[in-house]
Amino acid sequence: MASEMVTIYVMGKAYEVPHDLTIMKAMEYAGYRFIRGCGCRGAFCGACGTVYRTKDDYRLKVGLACQEMVQDEMYLTEIPFFPGNKATYNLDKLKPNSETVLKLYPEVFRCLSCNTCTKACPQDIEVMEYIQAALRGDIAKAADLSFDCLLCGLCAARCPAEIVQYNVALLCRRLYSSKIAPRAKDLEKRVKEMKRGKYDKEIAGLKSMKRRGLAELYEARDIEPAD
Amino acid sequence: MKIPYYPGCTLHERALDFDMASRECANALGVELEELPVWTCCGAVFPLTTDSVMDILAGVRNLAYASRMGDKVVTLCSFCYNVLKRSNKVIREDEEKREKANLFLKADTDERAEMESYLEQDYVGQVEVLHYIEMLRDVVGFDKVAKSLKTSLKGLRVAPYYGCMLLRPKKEMEFDDPERPTIFEDFLETLGCDVVDFPMKAECCGGFQIVRDEETAIACSQTVLSSAIKRDADLIITTCPLCLYNLDRKQKEMAKRVKGFTKIPVIYFTQLLGIALGIDEEHLDFSDNYVDPRPVLAGKKLV
Repeated sequence: MASEMVTIYVMGKAYEVPHDLTIMKAMEYAGYRFIRGCGCRGAFCGACGTVYRTKDDYRLKVGLACQEMVQDEMYLTEIPFFPGNKATYNLDKLKPNSETVLKLYPEVFRCLSCNTCTKACPQDIEVMEYIQAALRGDIAKAADLSFDCLLCGLCAARCPAEIVQYNVALLCRRLYSSKIAPRAKDLEKRVKEMKRGKYDKEIAGLKSMKRRGLAELYEARDIEPAD
Repeated sequence: MKIPYYPGCTLHERALDFDMASRECANALGVELEELPVWTCCGAVFPLTTDSVMDILAGVRNLAYASRMGDKVVTLCSFCYNVLKRSNKVIREDEEKREKANLFLKADTDERAEMESYLEQDYVGQVEVLHYIEMLRDVVGFDKVAKSLKTSLKGLRVAPYYGCMLLRPKKEMEFDDPERPTIFEDFLETLGCDVVDFPMKAECCGGFQIVRDEETAIACSQTVLSSAIKRDADLIITTCPLCLYNLDRKQKEMAKRVKGFTKIPVIYFTQLLGIALGIDEEHLDFSDNYVDPRPVLAGKKLV
């Protein structure tokens, strides 16, 4: 049985598409070929941020084209890249506090707490809350709250204070992971072992193996080794 | 007794001493300041435009958060107190803005069906915004404060500095007489200090002008300080982190400019309360003051 068809408007032009497609699939069905604006197709990369509106609703909504299903009378456009300001910095020289955030992104001071950014987030992140946490120097909280950010830029597109939320979040996560989060001792130990050449012989052995032997070894690997 | 507490950004990062001393004092008086689990900047300056609702949303949203925890919210920073109290007054008295603000806040959660709305009911100004000093007077009671004192501050000459934001505009703040306020005098008498009245106690310290016009701000602050120094104050108390910054930190510049300039310590009022309540000095933290108050306090055998 043929799929029920719906009408969508891509950048203002009408297309008849099957109702059970995602926006991305529907656009491909309509003849679009993605060179940009499409990445992982699994809601991880943020390359397919999309703004849409449905009939009789004045509000703009957002979603990821690879996840959001089409609806009848949906008006949409992808915003695959957002030309937001991105500060350049040397992470080694920064301190994890509000002063760092405000020096690199002084517009954070202008946050009105209107929460428009939060409403624009396809990932349902508490965007305003993490910006506010960054503003008061709570870098750990800002990093934690923004963890699911895909850097699609839709928050910045809607911000009346012209804050580039997603880049502020990136800075906070970098500050958190390099300055605040406890170091992973196991990792440090393993890196030291590698540098001492503990695994060199083993790697060299693997490199010299034939494809079949490698495959056998892979099949026989211990997936969850007991401690 | 638990009371919802809004610290504000400055007390969260820069004035940690003020936050710590105030929490310690509250504990000693049987009050637990319960920080709002979610809060944002109050907006820092109350908007002068009267036709914009978006500008007061920050204050209103914080009050709506507080309304989920109780019927009061306590704050310490003069700016936060000013913005929260005036935003509350708008919501209480302006029907149209109340409706608009609530519609806006409801839209926060409209598209998040799975999220519990933080507005179970409209925010109509049901929360009472209290300054910490009002909490001491009206909730704890100065008489109870007096009974809890461990150390006598007799002989310590303290000048209470109010600044602008607590007092003005009078009709909106309804805090105290903006020309001749007395609440901090009453507080200091409760502590047993010698209260130093000085004419500049409600004048401006220069405020945010310190950012763009340092000269003007320093001149304002110096006028305030010399007025208190002339009346032989040992130290000055304040409740505003920005006033403290201008009055204390900028004495470095004043000393360079004015020959024979006498430095005077400026501390938060809860740091002084902490001494009177016998709270350990490390919980009051005087390490951030440019003019160290410890020599003066040690002279009176208070630290």
